[in-house]
Amino acid sequence: MASSPYFSLAILFVAALGFGLAPLGLAWLWARFFAPPKPNPIKNAIYECGLESKGDAWVQFRSAYYLYAIIFLIFDVEAVFLLPFAVAFSGLSAAACGAMLVFVLLLVEGLAWAWAKGVLTWS
Amino acid sequence: MDQNLKIELGKQGVFVTTIQELYNWGRRSSVWPMQFGLACCAIEMIATTMARYDMARFGAEVFRPSPRQADLMIVSGTVTKKMAPQVVRLYNQMAEPRYVIAMGACAISGGPFKQGYNVLKGIDRYIPVDVHIPGCPPRPEALLQAFITLQKKIDGQHLTGEDRPRFLDAGAQGEFPVPEQGEHDLEPTSNQGVWPVQIQGLGTRD
Repeated sequence: MASSPYFSLAILFVAALGFGLAPLGLAWLWARFFAPPKPNPIKNAIYECGLESKGDAWVQFRSAYYLYAIIFLIFDVEAVFLLPFAVAFSGLSAAACGAMLVFVLLLVEGLAWAWAKGVLTWS
Repeated sequence: MDQNLKIELGKQGVFVTTIQELYNWGRRSSVWPMQFGLACCAIEMIATTMARYDMARFGAEVFRPSPRQADLMIVSGTVTKKMAPQVVRLYNQMAEPRYVIAMGACAISGGPFKQGYNVLKGIDRYIPVDVHIPGCPPRPEALLQAFITLQKKIDGQHLTGEDRPRFLDAGAQGEFPVPEQGEHDLEPTSNQGVWPVQIQGLGTRD
């Protein structure tokens, strides 16, 4: 076993594990023998800015926000992909250009949808 | 252990200690204050942490923005009656062992605003204060002095026995009730467990 090339690695792994677990174990023992836990509702409260939390954290967002997501994809995220496309354009194959075209068309579809919904009109 | 024997052994290059000494040394050398300022004293507290006074020399430069990670609450400034419940709640949310330094005249007694209807006359009405610093505001040196006093206090604490500190005592009180806004004053006006003083004939204002 000691002749295995991974033997030293195994020793190092055990040492690393002990290095991490020993302080945790010591802290646990210390807390068990010396420091009694005293939980109470105020101490266990989730919010920790001194104020009491009101209501539930599981609030619902209006589904109408999907329009913002679409616009964000078209005008922000798309630019990230368009820039490398434009830089490498001259060296691209027809298939790659076709794939890129499909990607842009998909996003243009979103723009057309948003336009049809009247989102682009400032009211 | 005999102190003279310990010094003698130290001269011979033998270091002798106890778990209690090691524990107290560790705690007093890494007291993390809570990042929390109330009024003008907070400016002095900030100055204390900066290069000129450098609180890091005493191991207390890590101001934590969460009560869960902090050991020390420096009540630095006027505690209004609107703010008092929040201060007490934050103290409750700090993990034991926790310490409180009441910094400045306002925090210890209401100070120049004592007559104000909206000012709490000392935070020690609701939470146990370890060190009081007089002054308006106290200079950074005074805060350092208070901090060293606190370190000495930690050094003298015993792990076992009747006089062990609150956080080592399973039977000791762990919750400090948060006061609520009443019609004229905070209710209750003080926590009898930490402020056993009865004020007679002053009405509800004090």
